[in-house]
Amino acid sequence: MDLFINILIIIGIFGGLALIFGCLLVIASRFFAVKQDERAEKIIALLPGANCGGCGYAGCASYAEAVLSGEAKPNLCTSLSQEEINAIAEISGAEASEKSLPTVAHIKCCGSNECTSNKYNYGGIDDCRSLIRLGGGEKSCVYSCIGLGNCVKACVFGAISVKNGVAAVDTKRCKGCGSCVAACPKSLIELIPATARFSVYCSSKDKGKAVNAICDNGCIACGICVKNCPNSAITLKNNCAVIDYSLCDGCGICAEKCPKGTIRSTKGGKKAVKSSAPAVKTEKPASSTGTFSFDVKNTDKD
Amino acid sequence: MGTIISICFAAILTENFVLSKFMGICAFLGVSKKTDTSIGMGMAVTFVMTISTLVTWLINRYILVPFDFVYLRTIVFILVIACLVQLIEMFLRKCVPSLYKALGIYLPLITTNCAVLGVTILMADSDYTNILYPVIYAFAAGLGFTLAIVLFSGIREKLKFCDIPKPFRGFPIALIAAALLAMAFSGFQGLNLPF
Repeated sequence: MDLFINILIIIGIFGGLALIFGCLLVIASRFFAVKQDERAEKIIALLPGANCGGCGYAGCASYAEAVLSGEAKPNLCTSLSQEEINAIAEISGAEASEKSLPTVAHIKCCGSNECTSNKYNYGGIDDCRSLIRLGGGEKSCVYSCIGLGNCVKACVFGAISVKNGVAAVDTKRCKGCGSCVAACPKSLIELIPATARFSVYCSSKDKGKAVNAICDNGCIACGICVKNCPNSAITLKNNCAVIDYSLCDGCGICAEKCPKGTIRSTKGGKKAVKSSAPAVKTEKPASSTGTFSFDVKNTDKD
Repeated sequence: MGTIISICFAAILTENFVLSKFMGICAFLGVSKKTDTSIGMGMAVTFVMTISTLVTWLINRYILVPFDFVYLRTIVFILVIACLVQLIEMFLRKCVPSLYKALGIYLPLITTNCAVLGVTILMADSDYTNILYPVIYAFAAGLGFTLAIVLFSGIREKLKFCDIPKPFRGFPIALIAAALLAMAFSGFQGLNLPF
């Protein structure tokens, strides 16, 4: 019984004190209330809230402030739709601006554990920057993805995963914020137009023979893609094929002809999408996504 | 009067909370990069220390001791401190938003600043029967914290222009400077005013 009374007294004391302090704080909060810009809250509600930093500001809240002060345009956030940008422009009174071209991250390596060999086995801390100091990584190719996933940790949208020792981007989830580009110590990640259908999964600057010896899928700079591209969109730079996306129409001939399978579809699939019929350009219904809007009819996909 | 002066002397110099009791190091190292913000931090800590000592001393003496609940002291004191920190946070946000931004996370962290809890518990344990002395001691301890953090921020501002060996740049040299400052303060140890 004594214990029970004790507990009651304690609850009484605590409750009383908490009540007094609570009342004091409520009064103080009325007294010191800060008027916040309602527009900022509305804009923050429209923003994704991931604080990825892709817009160049510290987070969604500071970007909202920058838009309100007229410092930033409303279209810097890559994950907004055109309607949301218009809504933000309306709230902030800024000029309506078009959605910038959507981009996705692209990892320029496909040297998975199966197609390349290791120089040694690493047992250190789980961080690409630490592994890169030991001879440029455990894989034989110094241009290869390290696969410890610094980009995975950097991605706030959960769009990157490491499969078979190589990071892979889920293009559906990727918002093109560019956090991973900065996180990769080998600078293997670049932002490409979201509409790009094929890309080169290699960035090796080695000569073809050297690449052939260490990687089954690396670009050997044979130039077959350059010769076969109907739009001359592919060039060889530093012993590696590079696609100019302003010329590429996504026909996929390069992926089909590539002897090493380095050029692949960005939409997944182990091998490139093979089209038996020649690529047909069809007009897409008017979209705001700009010059890269195209569609290719593929009769079959593997 | 003599007692008050000797209390102040002890709390500011000989028993400096940061440099001889090693309490409140987190804020001491965290907000000492600029003199302006460190003065603000010192003021905030002084305010919280003084008021919380006043309130907790009364609570301890007139509620906890008579009911024999002294073992609940820590949690009650933290409640008081947290409430005061909330108050000062609102005040700064309204009146000095630049300081509010500069203090950042360290402002709410005053709640867990052990120097504040240290002062309140030390005063609750002391055998002062007059409320005046604990409050003066707490105020002086706050001033001591302010003194330490302002001195240290001055040193850190100068450190920016020094040619420091690479491994020591940034935090390591700050820790070494803090240690040297603490050693300098240890010179006050054993000084007793003739009151």
